[in-house]
Amino acid sequence: MSLVRVEGLRRLFPVSAGLFRRSTGFVHAVDSVNFEIGMGESLGLVGESGCGKTTTGRMLVRLEQPDEGRILLSQPDGTDMDVVELRSDQRTEFRRQVQMIFQDPYESINPRRTVYETIAEPLLIHRIGDLSTREQQIREMLRKVGLAPPESFMFRFPHELSGGQRQRVAIARALILQPRLVVADEPTSMLDVSIRISIMELMSQLAKEMGVAYLYITHDLAVARYMCDRIAVMYLGKVVEIGATEELLANPLHPYTQALLSAVPVPDPALPPPEVRIKGGIGKAVNPAPECRFVDRCPQAADVCRTTPHPPLEDKGGRRLVSCHLVEASRH
Amino acid sequence: MTSRRLPLEISAGQARLLEVDGLVMRYDTEAGEVSAVENVSFSLGRGESMGLVGESGCGKTSVALSLLRLAPENARYQSGSVLWEGMDLLELSDQEMREYRWAEISMVFQGAMNAWNPVYRVGEQIREAMDHHFDPPLSTVETSRRMDRLFNLVGLDPAVQNRYPHELSGGMRQRAVIAMALSCEPKLIIADEPTTALDVIVQAQILEELKEIQEDLGLSILYISHDMAVIAQVTDIIGVMYAGKLVEFGSTRDVFHGPRHPYSYLLLSSIPSVTGPRRRPVSLEGTPPNLLAPPAGCRFHPRCPWATEQCRTDEPPMMQIGPSQWAACWNSEQVPEMGEQLP
Repeated sequence: MSLVRVEGLRRLFPVSAGLFRRSTGFVHAVDSVNFEIGMGESLGLVGESGCGKTTTGRMLVRLEQPDEGRILLSQPDGTDMDVVELRSDQRTEFRRQVQMIFQDPYESINPRRTVYETIAEPLLIHRIGDLSTREQQIREMLRKVGLAPPESFMFRFPHELSGGQRQRVAIARALILQPRLVVADEPTSMLDVSIRISIMELMSQLAKEMGVAYLYITHDLAVARYMCDRIAVMYLGKVVEIGATEELLANPLHPYTQALLSAVPVPDPALPPPEVRIKGGIGKAVNPAPECRFVDRCPQAADVCRTTPHPPLEDKGGRRLVSCHLVEASRH
Repeated sequence: MTSRRLPLEISAGQARLLEVDGLVMRYDTEAGEVSAVENVSFSLGRGESMGLVGESGCGKTSVALSLLRLAPENARYQSGSVLWEGMDLLELSDQEMREYRWAEISMVFQGAMNAWNPVYRVGEQIREAMDHHFDPPLSTVETSRRMDRLFNLVGLDPAVQNRYPHELSGGMRQRAVIAMALSCEPKLIIADEPTTALDVIVQAQILEELKEIQEDLGLSILYISHDMAVIAQVTDIIGVMYAGKLVEFGSTRDVFHGPRHPYSYLLLSSIPSVTGPRRRPVSLEGTPPNLLAPPAGCRFHPRCPWATEQCRTDEPPMMQIGPSQWAACWNSEQVPEMGEQLP
């Protein structure tokens, strides 16, 4: 059963140029994006910088307002909460159900608040429990995120913590309200390799325990492999492929997914270095032409790709959605 | 992929390009003395590429800066030597060192793409470096010819010379930095996280180009990175650093396939990969020590699952483990084989 349905999501940013900053067009940061996240499922959103993955995540937590499209959050009573057109009486409930973990734990935590105050804040806002039950809850949460014994962390300030410990505090704050969806934007990319794994493990273990679903935003396919049940690949504002993690990595169908995967270095010196199948770099989708966004860099581009509009994201069999004219819908 | 000669047998009497021997470098700080580089030795030959890896703060960048004598002012070279073709760079005067820097050893550092002066064209800035370093100066025609070659070499259209830094993408700017680093025909390039800020596709393109350039020009490259996968792809030899010490050194293949120091083993086991069986990466518990007061004995012992009494008191020296592999560990035979399926 799906928890979130994203339909036709769109976000344009105006570009201005010249002496009078005249608007010259729009960057199509997120353009007609559709996907679903199941209950307790972890969906990875991967792509290069500027592909729109962060903007998509920000729209899901209402840090950014979409220009078009719907985000529906299914409720326990069977109705859908319309995230884009939230009624004022639904705001608190939405915040309880959807939380975010940011990339930089140095910036996302208030430096003047103790760990206790940081984690207590959501409970206070939502008027949950009294002083003693709150403290109990915070102690338990700290233990869960591996900051034990809680007494030795509760009254510390962020500057007294390491990067990994700060990220644990951010995780504790995001999970204290037992949300149903957490949007995690590159939560481990600022951390050292050795700490990265323990934070990833903590996040997947807590998600299982508490039934939280993730939208896990990352540029690193190897990280997505360990964190996500399914992966959605974005290119210049469009989702080009969605599939179950292992299947997608073993057999990528979209030429962009293939290129991205082939460029990932493999930690084995016996294997040949990555082969770069495409030339050039990712641009910006400023006033993009209607045809396929990837056509200029695609090694397989055919006439149909240049003459018809950007292909829709279609099920090509086996629950694999691909947005490419050249991929046959033959797999079943 | 061409397999090059294993670079580790040091032929007697013949000086290697770079020999770092027993380097000890400390930073004087208000809180005390930080033991940043402790007794580090390695050597690098012509045309070889080496990787220096480890967590942030392990001293890998301090080693790189020592080779160029660019460490901050509070750095003190306690002992050891940095021999460049047999001559100790640490003994040179600042003036003499300036002759070597950039001309013999150049550097591409992390985020260097943001170090361009925004008001000058990219080409002018590289030309300035060349004018400064060639004595007698090259003719205008020769400079232009070389500039075109440099830009072609790093995969940029020579017309890019006339553009301003802000007109270039991150990948193009980093390529131009590499062109600059190559402009004075150095023998060694130190590349400190050269592709960390870039997307994977651009990273793969740049690493591929660096490798081609290296083979064409017979350059040596010292890569400094925390990204083990990148190091696996581009280096012949590898040094693993932990808390200021070199804990393992050897051919990249041997170290990746059979690490003998517990730290290298855990570091290698902690990296997720997109290919191969979906193994659960191991997490490395604990944090690196405070280098104001590093632990006695082996600096890794507080985090080491195989530590014994000896490790707490005696510092292990670098010991030869195989024909081209060294590790500083008393219990290197305890370290499991790589690739053992974890539960």
